[in-house]
Amino acid sequence: MTIAFTWTEFFQQVAAGIRDGGIYASLALAIVIIYRSTRVINFAQGEMATFTTFVALSLMNHGLSFWAAFPIVLAIAFAGGVAIERVIIRPVEGASTVTIVIVTLGLALLLNGLTNVIWGGGERQFHGPFSTRTLDVGGVPISVQDIGIVAVSIVLVGLLALFFRYTKLGLGMRAAAINPASSRLAGVRVGWMLAFGWGLAAMLGAVSGMMIAPVVFLDPNMMQTVLLYAFAAAILGGLDSPLGAVVGGLLLGLTIDLLGRYVDPIGSTLKLPVALALILVLLLVKPGGLFGSVAVRRV
Amino acid sequence: MTPRLKLALEIAAFAAFAFVLSILPRLISDFHTREVAIAGMYYIALLGLGILTGYSGQISLGHGAFMAIGGYATAILSVDHGMSPTWTIPLAGLIAGASGVLVGIPALRLAGIYLAIVTFGIAISVPQLLKKFEGFTGGTTGKYGEGLTSRPPFGLDTSSNHWLYYVTAGISLVLLAVAWAIVRQKPGRALQAIRDSEVAAASSGVSLPLYKTFAFAISAFYAGVAGALYAIANAYVNPDTFQVALSVYLVVGLAVGGLGSLAGLVVGAGLVYFLQFHADTVAGWLDKLPILDLDPKQPGIPSVVFGAVLIVVMLLLPTGAGGLLRRLLRPLTTRLYTRS
Repeated sequence: MTIAFTWTEFFQQVAAGIRDGGIYASLALAIVIIYRSTRVINFAQGEMATFTTFVALSLMNHGLSFWAAFPIVLAIAFAGGVAIERVIIRPVEGASTVTIVIVTLGLALLLNGLTNVIWGGGERQFHGPFSTRTLDVGGVPISVQDIGIVAVSIVLVGLLALFFRYTKLGLGMRAAAINPASSRLAGVRVGWMLAFGWGLAAMLGAVSGMMIAPVVFLDPNMMQTVLLYAFAAAILGGLDSPLGAVVGGLLLGLTIDLLGRYVDPIGSTLKLPVALALILVLLLVKPGGLFGSVAVRRV
Repeated sequence: MTPRLKLALEIAAFAAFAFVLSILPRLISDFHTREVAIAGMYYIALLGLGILTGYSGQISLGHGAFMAIGGYATAILSVDHGMSPTWTIPLAGLIAGASGVLVGIPALRLAGIYLAIVTFGIAISVPQLLKKFEGFTGGTTGKYGEGLTSRPPFGLDTSSNHWLYYVTAGISLVLLAVAWAIVRQKPGRALQAIRDSEVAAASSGVSLPLYKTFAFAISAFYAGVAGALYAIANAYVNPDTFQVALSVYLVVGLAVGGLGSLAGLVVGAGLVYFLQFHADTVAGWLDKLPILDLDPKQPGIPSVVFGAVLIVVMLLLPTGAGGLLRRLLRPLTTRLYTRS
């Protein structure tokens, strides 16, 4: 399947890569926020996103426009994230990594099952907020949808940066993540901060779900591969660095899409193994990721 | 408690287990014998995962991939190279074990959570690699054929299910004994020390690279043997034989069976079997409850139930069935130990 190389097509691939990267970045950001605050890697992050995207679908089927449903979905996602932290994650706080991973796997199974039970399996169309017609950007046709997705990701990251830097709640959440004991003494409600972290992550996941659903088709297993790319992106950037998650997401989306398109043996089937090999090599060379900090372990 | 009495009790329990296994086919139907044999294969895989995760504390969400390697090794050796399937089982274990070393070496530098993600990635990648390298693996159709059926030797007159059962039960018992010998002696103590604190273990002279790689190798060996048996039981392998879900179910089985318990894993193996083959039965049970009006054919219900079970077990009974067993036996064992 050697197709002649054209620059137009190359730039289209780049645009698609950045779009995919933006989606990975928002889910990776969700993973990083949870990891920073609770040291939990949430294997249910993808299923949480899928679930909320189906909620959006239901709202839109009831006649709401995308942008009317959007804030409602975010609110539901936030409440759901907080509830999950309070009910399921709180009791295993401080347990071994094995236990926590198993609990989030259980959560992933549970949510995937619930999505199937409530909405049924199979693919369906999800009409996103952006049209799929193309714009001419310097001679390269790029779809409005791709531009919109990247714009949403950028706005999201900007809002998060402002939130964590300038609001009391954001600062409290950072403090609780870095030093729970001292923050508690300083009057930060650490428990609630961690729960808010989960709520925030669920919101980010919901956004990435609603962005990717129009690109692929919406089905209960939609996020499973996306989640692995998001993990890879988060590790690439450093698991505890939000900036790293964004850079990692974009880098990964771009690399994988271009490799899949131009390196023949990789194609679309070997993208995932290649992503895995990339993060494995990176972890061996630079265990903290590109922007992450390397933990010093105490006995 | 005296160690000698504990040893005697454990040997007695092992002998009783072996006895039950040997008479079981006389008590149940031919088809059920096959079911128990398949559950036995999951038990073998879980024993390996138990050594790795339960004792050395390294998480693997990719043990289905090692089963796939074992299964494909057996299929390729017997279908393409005409070997007797039964004799490929140890080879399949060794090949899987070698790939376990390959994963184990980078795993040395990957702390808990990273290892979980990387092994999860392996579980997802292996089926895709199997599809890609068609010439070797048979692509999406996989490998199948007459050569993959294991037959009783010396013209023994047993049904194929019984033969499968005895092979699986025999291997399970041997591997259980090996696992038990490993965990209760020096390697087991070293692995547990690593699990509890790597730094402390290293300062006490435990070689981290040696033992962590060893745990990965032995655990992959077990998974490979289980995969080989599974390939023989089905007489075919294809990329869907060892799906990602299998890797997750194995972790579920381990958690429910109990981390750091070899006996409890029997319960875990039963659960994995159930998850793989009888998930829709659960929906049938739920349907009988008067409050719920469910369609048993609806997908997702088993996932809901098992996800909920997994969470509840981890919250209420983090030591799993093994821990429960230990707690139930405690009055008995304390009495025995204190009297002696």
